[in-house]
Amino acid sequence: MKIVIVGDGKVGFTLTQQLSKEGHNVVVIDSSNQALENSVNVLDVIGIHGNGASYAVQMEADVPHCDLLIAATSTDELNLLCCVLARKLGARHTIARVRNPEYSQQLLFMKEELGLSMYVNPELAAANEAARTLSFPSALKVETFAKGRVDLVEIKLRPGSVLNGLPLHALYSKYRVHILVCAVQRDNRVYIPTGDFILKEGDKINITASPREILFFFRAIGILTEKVRNVMIVGGGKIAYYLARSLTESGMRVKIIEIDKERCQQLCQRLPGVMIIHGDGTDEELLREEGIEATDAFVALTDFDEENIIISMYAGTKQVPKVITKINKLSFLDILGNSGIESVISPKHITSNQIVQYVRAMENSFGSSNVETLHRIVNNQVEALEFRVREKSRIVGVPLKDLQLKKDLLIACIVRNSQPIIPGGSSTIEVGDGVIVVTTNPHFQDLCDILK
Amino acid sequence: MNYKMIFHILGSILKAEACLMLPSALVAAVYGESCLGAFAAAILFALAAGVLLSWKRPADSVIFAREGFIVVGLAWVVMSLVGALPFYLSGEIPSFCDSFFETVSGFTTTGASILTEVEHLPRGLLFWRSFTHWIGGMGVLVFVLTILPLAGERSMHLLRAEVPGPSVGKLVPKMRSTAIILYSIYLALTVLEVILLVAGGMPLFDSLVNSFATAGTGGFSIRNASIAAYGSAYADGVIGVFMLLFGVNFNLYYFLLIGNFSAVWRSEELRCYLGIVGLSVAAITLNTLSSYGRLSTAFRYAFFQVSSIITTTGFATADFDKWPALSRCILAALMVLGACGGSTGGGIKVSRLVIAVKSTLAECRRMLHPRSVEIVKMDGKAVSESTVAGVHIFLAAYCFVLAGSVLLVALDNFDFTTTITSVLACLGNIGPGLGAVGPMGNFSGFSVFSKLILSADMLLGRLEIFPMIMLFFPSVWRKR
Repeated sequence: MKIVIVGDGKVGFTLTQQLSKEGHNVVVIDSSNQALENSVNVLDVIGIHGNGASYAVQMEADVPHCDLLIAATSTDELNLLCCVLARKLGARHTIARVRNPEYSQQLLFMKEELGLSMYVNPELAAANEAARTLSFPSALKVETFAKGRVDLVEIKLRPGSVLNGLPLHALYSKYRVHILVCAVQRDNRVYIPTGDFILKEGDKINITASPREILFFFRAIGILTEKVRNVMIVGGGKIAYYLARSLTESGMRVKIIEIDKERCQQLCQRLPGVMIIHGDGTDEELLREEGIEATDAFVALTDFDEENIIISMYAGTKQVPKVITKINKLSFLDILGNSGIESVISPKHITSNQIVQYVRAMENSFGSSNVETLHRIVNNQVEALEFRVREKSRIVGVPLKDLQLKKDLLIACIVRNSQPIIPGGSSTIEVGDGVIVVTTNPHFQDLCDILK
Repeated sequence: MNYKMIFHILGSILKAEACLMLPSALVAAVYGESCLGAFAAAILFALAAGVLLSWKRPADSVIFAREGFIVVGLAWVVMSLVGALPFYLSGEIPSFCDSFFETVSGFTTTGASILTEVEHLPRGLLFWRSFTHWIGGMGVLVFVLTILPLAGERSMHLLRAEVPGPSVGKLVPKMRSTAIILYSIYLALTVLEVILLVAGGMPLFDSLVNSFATAGTGGFSIRNASIAAYGSAYADGVIGVFMLLFGVNFNLYYFLLIGNFSAVWRSEELRCYLGIVGLSVAAITLNTLSSYGRLSTAFRYAFFQVSSIITTTGFATADFDKWPALSRCILAALMVLGACGGSTGGGIKVSRLVIAVKSTLAECRRMLHPRSVEIVKMDGKAVSESTVAGVHIFLAAYCFVLAGSVLLVALDNFDFTTTITSVLACLGNIGPGLGAVGPMGNFSGFSVFSKLILSADMLLGRLEIFPMIMLFFPSVWRKR
């Protein structure tokens, strides 16, 4: 597909990288020559220098014949203008990044009136992910499929866990729960496990099952932790605002520490019921004074990755049960190892995943099955895709054990009539099913791609 | 330095070269010539070495700018070494140094030859000699990028190092599609020329090899007297026009194909190129009128020679070494200038001239009005400062290389004109110069040392100096 991306910042670059890697023809527009040059040198794309909302620049990028325009510059108004212009010129789909909370109420209206296919808000998406993780504190990360009927959760095997040293088939027979371990991360390597895979202390395992089964399983292995009641957030940016709003709605007590006086006052106005502390969130004494030892969860959301990492490690040493860290540059995550950084959110990756998911769904909207949900897990090394089977194909009706599947993938769950089924060798895929596939092989477009 | 990946790419290039030798071997087989054995040996060697080097794709396949330059520089040297094998093994060119010179001259589309009697060579070798022009014209790495999914990302470094011109852009977002488009245009134009030549009564074999030499703007001829041997005004006209066409930036053909005529019309480089050709032809026609007598004859030879020299092809229909001084000086100036950026021609390129002239004028205005702000524009768009600086640095480097090579070649004690124009003809990838290396002479008289210097000049000129110079930087090879 022909895709034009306006804005070569953090999100723009990540998107360009991902979409170009998936084989799309990508044109990048940015007003900074330097950023553009870097993209053109490193990625297989064309760069056009100029204002993305100008007619001449869009014509040069051949927007009238493009399938999708994504506007991801730093200003909302420019993004909207880009999309409106592109629609009028004939672009088939447009996606805008709109992040000003003041616009968030009118998004639906704007989407219809301005002809946007989708809007993305990185901060809101990051806040939603953080909120989801906080609602399930035993897991490092939670992703949902099939409109919440299936969860994919990541947990870490701590010293003394009953699962250590257990082969997977023994785990399934011992606990009699309908779950499936679909990916294991060990020493920065990812395994798609088979039945004889033996779990070890320190592994991060990903499990798919219905939320109820997961609750049973957690109880059975004794890692169910208390519900989170009070949360401490450091850094009062947009994510903090969205997060605090949704956490207070679900009844948690929230405390935000923010260094900028004016921003504190704004937050105070907009977030009734949230305690706003004016002070430096990296000050150890302030954190202790505000009760970091007693809080159930700690979220580091300052603008600097380094600060977030350090204060999260500090919170870890103070035995805070649940610590979430915002990190933009995931590439350095490997060296952190076992330093206590466990739940990580990265706004630009969440956003780019949302858009990539939309692009894949768009691309095979005429195929026999299409991607409904796409999550990237384990530092983006593994993809979990939910396909909807729409018509009969060579994969339908054949028992799974007779299918010639590619390596490095696992059919994690089949959702039939709203009921999740953990598949065995004799299960089949039928028309109308939702199928969740977990794989280290990216770029699956259609369910039939999983066959050899 | 990612040596593993460099070797991997070199291996792929050797494999591609082995395949590219097949047509020549086929020609040798069709005519039942003894050089078939030499081709078989060369192909087997290239294939074995290629398979060995590119056996496994290394886990770390990232190449940075540094590796890109090195790969391009090394690739051209290695290709020329392997490409020289058929000449050497068949015994037709007994010295390996001479075979190497001839092959480098082929790949770099220079067309300078050490052969005194071309017509005695077997047809298989003649075909290979001209086919190297066709391969080298568009670039080998670009070719490899079209057929192999080598490096999608970061491959811009490879394109930039190999494609001539001050600034290189892609036509479509994907490198591979860009390379395919360029090669399709190249192939289509070549086929068209073959058809036109055959229609004019030239034998098919001759039409093919002459078209290869025209397309790559190379200039190897299979006759001792070059194109003059055919004595046909029609052939002169067709080849003359096609040389000019291959000297135009290929991106413009793509714009024509997609119907973007205004981009072609706006191209200052094209207008300047055609203007220079027109003026030179007019001047030389008038200048040589007295010796040719008729205006049409003078025009025919002037047009062909200007077209041949400015596109750096180097075909000859007249012994221009005997022309008056003004005509010879114009040709020498065109040798330095060369064709448009992004074409198959050599030289310093018209676009660089345009930028250099404009920036010099801008600098003059800035001296008069110290506070004025000057921007160099081309095709209505501002040229970035780094591009302008790059042009000036390139021109300086070109002069240094030229001066150094002239001094070294001067050791052979040829006359002044021969010494200077031999280096000019090699560095600009033209082929014939003036004096002893004129259109009716050749390079066989030079010593081994000079031949190596001139071979290096051809490579320097084709790759626009920097990728080759990079090979001699110790810091590039240091491990850390």
